[in-house]
Amino acid sequence: MIIMKIPIEYYIWLSTVLFSIGVLGVLFRRNAIIIFACIELMLNAVNLLMVAFSTQLNDATGQVFVFFIMAVAAAEVAVGLAILVMMYRNTKSVDINILNRLKG
Amino acid sequence: MTVTLYAFYFLSLVAVLSAVMVVLSKNPVYSILYLIVTFFAIAGHYLLLNAQFLAVVHVIVYAGAIMVLFLYVLMMLNLNKEDEPHKSVRIKIAAVFSAGLMMTVLIGTLRGATEATRLSGADIGLVRNLGKVLFNDFLFPFEVTSILLLAAMVGVVMIGKGEK
Repeated sequence: MIIMKIPIEYYIWLSTVLFSIGVLGVLFRRNAIIIFACIELMLNAVNLLMVAFSTQLNDATGQVFVFFIMAVAAAEVAVGLAILVMMYRNTKSVDINILNRLKG
Repeated sequence: MTVTLYAFYFLSLVAVLSAVMVVLSKNPVYSILYLIVTFFAIAGHYLLLNAQFLAVVHVIVYAGAIMVLFLYVLMMLNLNKEDEPHKSVRIKIAAVFSAGLMMTVLIGTLRGATEATRLSGADIGLVRNLGKVLFNDFLFPFEVTSILLLAAMVGVVMIGKGEK
């Protein structure tokens, strides 16, 4: 059993860096699947910070919230990938620039 | 103390480097594999933070379910090639600039965070305590989550069925 002795600031920095990398990926790539993966990365950065604060403040509420975020992420990925597969069937591509025709 | 700190540094290095590789890899399959490495590093962080049950759930749900879904879709669509069109250099520079700016602002804002309270010693990360909190204080959100998952499942089947 390892009791946490790492300053909470380190976790804030690590989460910020991971979240920013996720934002960078969303802005940088055109492959819609990679953009989904980067959204997952952002969610995980937030999860990590929540667990860090939960341990820091000795309150299990943060860890329960992480549960719910995981459930929402699973639902989001399932629906998003289904939409992506339908988009690929119609356009033979997962390039998000095609989606600018969504305005109808 | 030092062992914990070295483990923290190592896991952080692995997480950040593989997260960068997720963005920079040309091949989408490699991106997803690097993302799995990142998730394992984050699971190590959970262990380090004394959240054992959450670490196990993280590995099962993320590395076991979500990433398999990603890889399955990638291979079903046969996207493991490197002919993805790229954004123009100007947009890439703008993306790096804005993401770096956001990181700078966030770190600058949160820099003064100090450890106001340090309470430790309790086993809040174990399944017994988490289950008590989950089924006492968060029973209604838990039930709503089941409805959310059911709705997502029905929606996925409806979307994936197609019009044929």
